[in-house]
Amino acid sequence: MKKVLVIILLVIIGYFLAETFINIPFGENRIGDINLEKPTAAGYYLSNTTEKSKVANVITAIVVNYRGLDTLGEVTVLFLATTGIASILYRRKEEEENAETERLSLPSSNIVRSGARVLFPTIALLGIYVFIHGHLTPGGGFQGGTIVATGFLLMLISYKGFNTNHNRMVWIESLAGLSFIFLGIWGLISDNTFLGNIPEVGKLNSLISGGLIPLIYIAVGFKVAVELTGILDILLKIKPKK
Amino acid sequence: MIAIIIIIIMAVLLLAAAIYSVLHRDLLFAVLGTGIVSVILSLFFYLLQAPDVALTEAAIGIALTTIIFVITIRNTSRDEDEIIDKENEKL
Amino acid sequence: MQEEFNEIFLKYHEIITLGVYGTAIGLMLIGLYAILTKKNLVKIVIGLSIFDAGIHLLFVGIGYVKGGTAPIFSPGYENAGNRMVDPVPQALVLTAIVIGFAVTAVALSLVIRLYKHHNTAKIDQIKSLKW
Repeated sequence: MKKVLVIILLVIIGYFLAETFINIPFGENRIGDINLEKPTAAGYYLSNTTEKSKVANVITAIVVNYRGLDTLGEVTVLFLATTGIASILYRRKEEEENAETERLSLPSSNIVRSGARVLFPTIALLGIYVFIHGHLTPGGGFQGGTIVATGFLLMLISYKGFNTNHNRMVWIESLAGLSFIFLGIWGLISDNTFLGNIPEVGKLNSLISGGLIPLIYIAVGFKVAVELTGILDILLKIKPKK
Repeated sequence: MIAIIIIIIMAVLLLAAAIYSVLHRDLLFAVLGTGIVSVILSLFFYLLQAPDVALTEAAIGIALTTIIFVITIRNTSRDEDEIIDKENEKL
Repeated sequence: MQEEFNEIFLKYHEIITLGVYGTAIGLMLIGLYAILTKKNLVKIVIGLSIFDAGIHLLFVGIGYVKGGTAPIFSPGYENAGNRMVDPVPQALVLTAIVIGFAVTAVALSLVIRLYKHHNTAKIDQIKSLKW
């Protein structure tokens, strides 16, 4: 009975969604001419990114520069999620001592451990490459940070004794966050807007270009990598039920 | 012509994987279904000229979301109705 | 394959429109079905993540422009801005995916905590509100 009611509700919702999206033709150009005096927002970003910001990847320019404050909020949300998970899954001291060595109930095989040792530097290098080249190629801080966290995940599930250094993680996290805000204030001083840019460095499509944008994305990459590794570390340390 | 067939196959597979992951009783298989949804979704983003979003979806949707679901299932019950677990407790 | 996609776009416009919008709306409805009917909390979180995926596909689909290229400038094509797809929904979806992961992680840690306390993850068997 309940399922029939839900399906009727879903049919109604689906009908109205389809009705709405029939009126938005797929593939139509809604940007307009980007060289007008007053283009749309997307047209402004497309026409000004190469000249004013000297960044090849327009999405990087939007995420870090034009909508930089949103990204600061997003990184804060990730940090709050990590803290929230740590406090939701909080254990008392005596439970902690019992669960110290029980990250995995079964040890992983020799093949997995040897493979993880070979693959971990490669994965970390790929992640760092992705977030250093965020202003030139697809990718950036979030993607590269996630790839680095995936490498740490491989080590965490294959080695029983592999522990992330908590102090070092706190330091990297705080320094990355502080450097984000420091670079934002630098933009405030030089460009009169928070997270403004100084694009006079380098030329388009070279590694050193884009002013403060690559530096901010590298800080975001370190912060995201450490936060996601923290989430995985907390979740993997839960004592499994007997 | 091949490309249009590939797109139709991708759309059908995406919906099929989503339905599979919603209807399957074993939660581990359901989670693998969401992983397949992420793989095909990232291909869709690549075809729609969004390589940044495709890379994000590939890294976060396939690897990290799947692994935290698997960790949760390890700490809770694998069966959706929790029948197998209750029987194991009696034994 | 991307060039071929642009070519066939003009030929089979209706099928591709149905393919993208239909898939996105279908994913949203499947996720909503799981949220409304399932009793297991892990299944509900799976439904949430499928619903999320549908919304992301819808946004990127709306931003697509016929025959457009990805919004990244290559050397020698600095004036190609008129032939690019809309970058604003893509930046939005980039943010939404990361936030969606954070939401999923917090929800799953709450599920683990509830299971430890009540020894069940089914919402119709969790009777007490205090935990």
